[in-house]
Amino acid sequence: MTAPIQPDTGVSGRRAAAGGVGDNVTRPDGTLKVTGEFAYSSDLWADDMLWGTTLRSPHPHTLITRLDVGPALAVPGVHAVLTYDDVPAQKVYGLERADQPVLCDGTARYQGEPIAIVAADHPETARRAASRIVVEYDVLDPLTDPRQAIDPATTQQVHPTGNVVRHLVIRKGDTSVSADVVVTGDYEVGMQDQAFLGPESGLAVPADDGGVDLYVATQWLHVDRDQVAACLGLPSDKVRITLAGVGGAFGAREDLSMQIHACMLALHTGKPVKMVYSREESFFGHVHRHPALLHYEHGASREGRLLYVTAEIILDGGAYMSSTPAVVGNAATLGVGPYDVPNVSMDCWGVYTNNPPCGAMRGFGAVQAAFGYESQMDRLAAELGLDPVEFRLLNAMSEASVMPTGQVIDFPAPVAEVLKRVSSAPMPPERPDGPEPDLRDLPGGVSNTTHGEGVVRGVGYAVGIKNVCYSEGFDDYSTARVRVEVAAGRPVASVHTAAAEVGQGVVTLLVQVVRTELGIDEVTILPADTQVGSAGSTSASRQSYMTGGAVRAACQAVRARLPDVSALREGDVVEETVEWRHRATTPLDERGQGNAHVQYAFAAHRAVVDVDVELGLVKVVELATAQDVGKVMNPTGVLGQIYGGSAQGLGLALMEEVQVSNGAIRNPSFTDYLIPTILDMPPMQVDVLEMADPHAPYGLRGVGEPPTISSTPAIVAAVRAATGRALTRIPIRPEHITGMGETLG
Amino acid sequence: MRVTTTVNGERRQVEDVWEGESLLYVLRERMGLPGSKNACEQGECGSCTVYLDSVPVCACLVAAGQAEGREIRTVEGLGIDDELNPVQEAFVEAGAVQCGFCTPGLVVAADDLLDRVPQPSDADIREALAGNLCRCTGYEQILTAVRLAATRRAKVVP
Repeated sequence: MTAPIQPDTGVSGRRAAAGGVGDNVTRPDGTLKVTGEFAYSSDLWADDMLWGTTLRSPHPHTLITRLDVGPALAVPGVHAVLTYDDVPAQKVYGLERADQPVLCDGTARYQGEPIAIVAADHPETARRAASRIVVEYDVLDPLTDPRQAIDPATTQQVHPTGNVVRHLVIRKGDTSVSADVVVTGDYEVGMQDQAFLGPESGLAVPADDGGVDLYVATQWLHVDRDQVAACLGLPSDKVRITLAGVGGAFGAREDLSMQIHACMLALHTGKPVKMVYSREESFFGHVHRHPALLHYEHGASREGRLLYVTAEIILDGGAYMSSTPAVVGNAATLGVGPYDVPNVSMDCWGVYTNNPPCGAMRGFGAVQAAFGYESQMDRLAAELGLDPVEFRLLNAMSEASVMPTGQVIDFPAPVAEVLKRVSSAPMPPERPDGPEPDLRDLPGGVSNTTHGEGVVRGVGYAVGIKNVCYSEGFDDYSTARVRVEVAAGRPVASVHTAAAEVGQGVVTLLVQVVRTELGIDEVTILPADTQVGSAGSTSASRQSYMTGGAVRAACQAVRARLPDVSALREGDVVEETVEWRHRATTPLDERGQGNAHVQYAFAAHRAVVDVDVELGLVKVVELATAQDVGKVMNPTGVLGQIYGGSAQGLGLALMEEVQVSNGAIRNPSFTDYLIPTILDMPPMQVDVLEMADPHAPYGLRGVGEPPTISSTPAIVAAVRAATGRALTRIPIRPEHITGMGETLG
Repeated sequence: MRVTTTVNGERRQVEDVWEGESLLYVLRERMGLPGSKNACEQGECGSCTVYLDSVPVCACLVAAGQAEGREIRTVEGLGIDDELNPVQEAFVEAGAVQCGFCTPGLVVAADDLLDRVPQPSDADIREALAGNLCRCTGYEQILTAVRLAATRRAKVVP
């Protein structure tokens, strides 16, 4: 790792305990996780517990004309079967607007919409009972083309409010200017799934006070609590949520899945109810990454300066709103990429269709846009006769650049630097050309599809931009309670926040912050629950910034009362709770102008691929990446985010797509939805920069999302370089490479 | 039905097992051993990998009745005298654990690899772990962990 600028850590002159900020501290939950003792949400168990299951609509758009739960209730071992009428209070829920029925309201708007829930004493009993529920359908035509959804001539409406969830317009400068070189392109991004490994699951336990205790894997405890309480008709203090072990999230746990259902069954039966989705159900049980249609026109001067970009992006949000408005905000505001563009015209739509609902996934709108603008940058470079890296460097944004929203960048923006680093990284060795190649090094691997014949190497580059934290005027905060006392003669600290540890390592980082700020070695992270204020969501790469910032502020408040920790005596307690905010953002006006984002983060990738051009198979040989993280809080943790994020980008480039046909998912399993294996991931070179953001705690930048953004277009560019194909759709399929798709239509 | 097995060296008998239950379900829900994980329950992800008579298998694909009279070792039984075994230790140190849901299966698969191939090449490691999906790490730090464990085992076992 390299550090061109040493950030101000803000802790000079104080003794830092070992294992503080910047150190390679191992995870506090690591030992439990390698021994199988860590309690994930699907591992929970209670005496006399029931199992819940869900009956879902097999049709993407249908009326329900008859619903008879009697045969299910008659099954021995069944304790409850609940439908729409049984939802106690508010019948709908949602992250930004409550538009999604807790249970089907008579019209199912996507395939997999929950119709009824069953509690029984064995999961198989519950499943069999659910299959005995009598449902008669009057199947309707689904609206599945997002272009049709924004067409004013379309009369079919998914919701009475119309099909357009959000249309965001950004206008900067004058896009009627003429340019020497103009490139237009249309691109398409398929539907990606977060494919976390730990299925949606949890345990709801009815409480004596009429409330409920819910143990669940989620990303934001308080927003879950508020939605659950509203639908149950309970005051929020009667819905107590504790974070259970989370088996990955990546955005898919921002929306509710089984939370309200399990609580309804628990309150109805008076018994603890556990729900665990199967992998198949998981594909219907959470939102996916928005598929996108992108149309771009780029104009540049003969010298290679970008003059204007006009773009139209349509994001298919599926049947319910979820976080579509915010995804639209990101795709639009980040839609020209990390480049200086004087004139921008951007129209971005998020729409309702009868396709599976889409919402948050790592990269959140920035991923889709990056495939469009980076594809365009390569085509422009080719038109201009410039090297793709050189052309990007000519246009790279930097500190003091002006975004399409008019926001002036007032922190380092080392776009050129990350590009230079990946382009100067040593190249992997050429493929050995011997008579007995190791099949494992070739596309197709031990399937023995080639010994090197027809294999062409390609190299591609891309750079991306991501906002960090919540945007557009959202009141974004995190709450931390830090308590210091003496135990066994030594000062100890405990930290209580509601920050969801989903695997990323925020629990490690908070320990490090306390050690650095208070000089106390022994730090305990209490379980995350709703007994402390909100930490906001584990999303938007924001927890290190926000809950790291909140814990730091709480430590500073403790220190104001207790300048010298060693003065603490047995029985003394110093405790401070702080609600901490990042600097305010502003909403966008009617021309899409405003300081919408708090911070931007940047990463670049270089991909080296070998392509079997006859069979359309790709082997990624190596990924090199450079990313600015502001401050390395934990080296192993930072690298883990970069490796893992890059892998998800590789998946989107080459293999991952929820295949939807006329509204129906065709591949809801890990047999048919492919995520990268250890054989698919190449070795990586990672270069981490530390260009401190003076506005952020410790100068840090969110790390999780940027690697997912630039790895995809870099890999596609490399495959284009190897094949000469246009490759305007991701994931790339073999027939796109061989050209079979063109002849077959 | 009744199922009798030896799990992590201990004889275990469970009653009232429905014939359709998998070994994974019985371990997790009837024996109080939820360490083996339930990520796909169709043999694609490897999260439920356990030793069945010293052979690593996906417990989700083994019917509970097939385990009758056999020896099973799960992630809970990998440690040596309450200490982590070298694979477990290396996974924690190298950052091979993030969410950790794939970890129980991966440590069993890696432990099996190092028993068979004490000094594996990267290609060997990749081949051996190709049946274990991980969504968090991109596998790089898992490779690091297995290399580290191989080195440490070589020092312990002459």
